[in-house]
Amino acid sequence: MTSKQKLPLLEFLRQMTLIRRFEEKAAEMYALGKIAGFCHLYIGEEAVAVGSIAAANPDDYIVTAYRDHGHALARGLEPKRVMAELFGKATGVSKGMGGSMHLFDASRNFMGGYAIVGGHIPLATGIGFAMKYQKKDQVALCFFGEGSVPSGNFHEALNLASLWRLPVVYICENNRFGMGTPVERSSAIYDIAHAARAHDMPFHHVDGMDVIDVYTQMKEIIDGVRSSKRPIFVEARTYRYMGHSMSDPAHGHYRTKAEIDEQKKRDPISTLQKRLLEAKEITPEEVAKMEREIQDIVLESVEFADKSPEPPLSALTEYVYSP
Amino acid sequence: MAHIAYREALGQAMSEEMRRDDKVFLMGEEVGFYQGAFKVSRGMLEEFGPMRVIDTPITEAGFTGAGIGAAMVGLRPIIEMMTFNFSILAMDQIINNAAKIRSMSGGQFKVPIVVRGPGGSAARLAAQHSQSLESLYCHIAGLKVIAPSVPKDAKGLLKSAIRDDNPVICFEAQALYGTMGDVPEGDYTIPIGAADVKREGRDVTLIAWSKMLLLCLRAAEQLAQQGIEAEVVDPRTLRPLDMETILNSVRKTHRAVIVEEAWPYGGVSAEISDRITHEALDILDAPIERVTGEDVPIPYAKNLEQAALPSTEKIIHAVKKAMYLE
Ligand SMILES: Cc1ncc(C[n+]2csc(CCOP(=O)(O)OP(=O)(O)O)c2C)c(N)n1
Ligand SMILES: [Mg+2]
Repeated sequence: MTSKQKLPLLEFLRQMTLIRRFEEKAAEMYALGKIAGFCHLYIGEEAVAVGSIAAANPDDYIVTAYRDHGHALARGLEPKRVMAELFGKATGVSKGMGGSMHLFDASRNFMGGYAIVGGHIPLATGIGFAMKYQKKDQVALCFFGEGSVPSGNFHEALNLASLWRLPVVYICENNRFGMGTPVERSSAIYDIAHAARAHDMPFHHVDGMDVIDVYTQMKEIIDGVRSSKRPIFVEARTYRYMGHSMSDPAHGHYRTKAEIDEQKKRDPISTLQKRLLEAKEITPEEVAKMEREIQDIVLESVEFADKSPEPPLSALTEYVYSP
Repeated sequence: MAHIAYREALGQAMSEEMRRDDKVFLMGEEVGFYQGAFKVSRGMLEEFGPMRVIDTPITEAGFTGAGIGAAMVGLRPIIEMMTFNFSILAMDQIINNAAKIRSMSGGQFKVPIVVRGPGGSAARLAAQHSQSLESLYCHIAGLKVIAPSVPKDAKGLLKSAIRDDNPVICFEAQALYGTMGDVPEGDYTIPIGAADVKREGRDVTLIAWSKMLLLCLRAAEQLAQQGIEAEVVDPRTLRPLDMETILNSVRKTHRAVIVEEAWPYGGVSAEISDRITHEALDILDAPIERVTGEDVPIPYAKNLEQAALPSTEKIIHAVKKAMYLE
């Protein structure tokens, strides 16, 4: 308990709440047609990105899939520029070229959100390779859903990393479903972390609904990878509250509303908030103040995105090739 | 005639063929319990059960390859790609195995498989989810490629594809799934390799397939108001191409504009243009025009996506160019 008191729990609470409120607003903006295309919300899973990214150094690399708003905000990408990207504006983090699924920020070693399931996992392996090649001590954090674990990309990438001893942490966000398919109907192994065994890679489980568990374990894991230069696999058990994307139903053929309600009892944000209130580490007034500040950031983000210009037509061809 | 949606026409084709032949089965992501990502297979799991309507993990290379293996020993799989962007992961199986096995084995094995799903852009799905990949598959000897534009063709062509003893790639489109059209009652097929004149006209031939065909019909209507009568030819099958129907039209109009959503470099429209020029240079009154997507990954921003894709304005402009009106 004494060691936990030193954790920046208020900051974790703030970051998770920011992600939650940011995405609730994004959902509204999607309904208004301000955001289009595919938009996958991270609501319910915030503890995984917040705990993991806080445990990394600011210059460690992050690669993730299309459900990427949470990781971007946890890494410190400016909320208004993330919102502007969702709006497809020139001021967006990817200049309006990528949208929700393709957030990038080179200045923060945020290496992108990718929309082909499993396709980004080898990229993290390659970043790890480049660190080893250049004798740097940065680590690559790679986030992906459990839906990509059966894929060839996943297994090829993990074998290489293990074979070549690369500094990569592979973080499986097991939210139990890939679209409408529960994990037990897509994977022959139910304990997903055992997939790492095939590649002689050490693995850990973290409670993806508990930011303290994510952070404390990830801190040790990332530090360990940095010094040992060997990859590690982490399975974070978590849960998605919303539909797979804004175009899909939250429940229906594949799960019931009752199941979602049951999972919400372990909500990472309210659990931490309750704990901090009970320990008198935060007062209800401070919680309210935090909410107001976050509300302001979110509203400013929308205003900024709305007022920002569309990209110029020249952007159509500008980024296809490096000069 | 029944008036049904494009998605329903495809679903009927699959269900009717599965009732007719118990070797036919459907496999892909979310095709069963979820009723299909775009609801094309709605009701099929209930009718045929989980041995014949199979939900797969997200492993396109694996399940496509498994389909090819099953086809080599007598089954007739239909593989659904949630979208054709993901078929890129299965291209090794399709190109190196499905398209080659008959040749490499000296004709000992056939691969009666259908790989189908939506291709092309939808609404702002960005670079990795908006690609039109027909030309990549059309490049490959050993494959047949179909791209129906209306419900009637979708049903008739898909049935032919399922009965065909070769690998057939079927390009559908998200924007077409909800479009309605008349479909004949009962069993019918439309032969692979037969084009269709979707609108008659004397002044210029517009050639397009899938979603672009509808765009051409719209452009043709606007052109008609300006006194220009465009004939609209739908190849329906991209490999093999029915050049006879295309050439007959061009012989009548002496001008051709080919429209495709994909990129210009090495596109199917370039192939069609080359064949018209080669077979009938003397009958052309103007160079053939191509309207294609811009030569860029599709951007997310609304204005840029619009600029990157063909439009009725671009088609009308190309027609006027071919008629020396601009
Ligand atoms: C190769 C590939 N196949 C199919 C899809 C369509 N698709 C997008 S997300 C998804 C489910 C992925 O589930 P999971 O990996 O568990 O991630 P989650 O969405 O749960 O975060 C599918 C099938 C895709 N994007 N890429
Ligand atoms: Mg998942």
